[in-house]
Amino acid sequence: MSAASLLHPDVLRVDPVRETERIVAGIRNIVFSHLKRKGAVVGVSGGIDSSVVAFLCVRALGKERVLVLLMPETDSSPESLRLGRMIAQSLGAQSVVEDIGPILRGAQCYERRDEFIRTVVPEYDKGYKCKIVLPNLIDTDRYAIYSLVVQPPDGAMKKVRLSAEAYLGIVAATNFKQRARKMIEYYYADLMQYAVAGTPNRLEYDQGFFVKNGDGAADLKPIAHLYKSQVYQLAAYLGVPEGIQRRPSTTDTYSLEQTQEEFYFSLSLEKMDLCLYGKNNGVPAADLAPAVGIGVEQVERVYRMIESKRKVTRYLRANPLLVEEIDGSESDETNVIGKPV
Amino acid sequence: MQASPIRQQLRRFIVENYLLSEDYTFGDHDSFLEHGIIDSTGVLQLVEFLEDTYGITVEDTELTPENLDSIDAVSAYLHRKLGGLTEQRVAPASDGVLGGAL
Repeated sequence: MSAASLLHPDVLRVDPVRETERIVAGIRNIVFSHLKRKGAVVGVSGGIDSSVVAFLCVRALGKERVLVLLMPETDSSPESLRLGRMIAQSLGAQSVVEDIGPILRGAQCYERRDEFIRTVVPEYDKGYKCKIVLPNLIDTDRYAIYSLVVQPPDGAMKKVRLSAEAYLGIVAATNFKQRARKMIEYYYADLMQYAVAGTPNRLEYDQGFFVKNGDGAADLKPIAHLYKSQVYQLAAYLGVPEGIQRRPSTTDTYSLEQTQEEFYFSLSLEKMDLCLYGKNNGVPAADLAPAVGIGVEQVERVYRMIESKRKVTRYLRANPLLVEEIDGSESDETNVIGKPV
Repeated sequence: MQASPIRQQLRRFIVENYLLSEDYTFGDHDSFLEHGIIDSTGVLQLVEFLEDTYGITVEDTELTPENLDSIDAVSAYLHRKLGGLTEQRVAPASDGVLGGAL
């Protein structure tokens, strides 16, 4: 069989029944047998990944053993909370809304972020909206250097290249959001003796699209092996509400709508899926290009980008490193415990 | 042969900011990205160094590996940006020290 035929879009098709069974068995094993916890906490954003994780946890543990947490903040889209509530309702699981806005204001998240924004857009003020975006990295050899897009209340958008200081400062400040959410998740996990279920898919996990000790922190990550399109397949099988299945993936971190594509992947998630699959399976760029619908040169560029992001984000996936082994301590460095069988 | 002052300045900037481990060496032609020396944030810091030191403006369209991914590439890019002038005629903006040829 040639590599090109391997890359029919069906190459990422899973048997949703079997895959669900495997993951559900894995969740049970991890939560009850390995972690000895009584249930799972899932932070639900109203997006597809966290919705699927919530559905899988309910299947695995029972709706009475899953807590759905909804954690909006000032910049969140109201739609996220609405869809999150819809998930909790359709699962029949207990849900809690925790507005993390006050925590973020206490940590001066917005204030710090805005100060860094003003180093490149001095007029930035209350009522402005913002997001950070990447240039097109697929069509030419360019660095992944972010620009800031701001929109004043009168509606005229402005885009400026970020300085290193502003970029690092804005990201450091907004990372409070993911970390505050994780703090709340662990509060309930401690209170109820539950485990925290993380929600990264394979693209996010592989490419480091998460905040260390923020959304990157969890006791289990039950869909980290699934490509994004496989997450959608499971969502359809599990009966995740249509509104969530149709919703474009957003970061819901900045006040202006920001897709994952413009923030991190520079390519649609469907195409990134195929490129990651091709990279993982040693498919030559020339064989992959027709399946993805982009040029050979573009695929080669994406391959290099995947490799580069793996290197740069290695530190995000690393556990704390020790200078020497500690006798008697149990090491779970590989972390594959509930591997679906 | 001794490296030119611009190459020395670039090398010093790279070593002091990104190669904190003492035992790492790299050649003027080595790719910063492939050797894991600089990521895109590092490139932004390099750009700011170039703008501050040599009084140039790096345009968005110039943010490419072709211009910035090795000591050789940056030297050649600077040479083009400075209108083909050699270091004997163009002093770095930061310290005003005149150097040798690129």
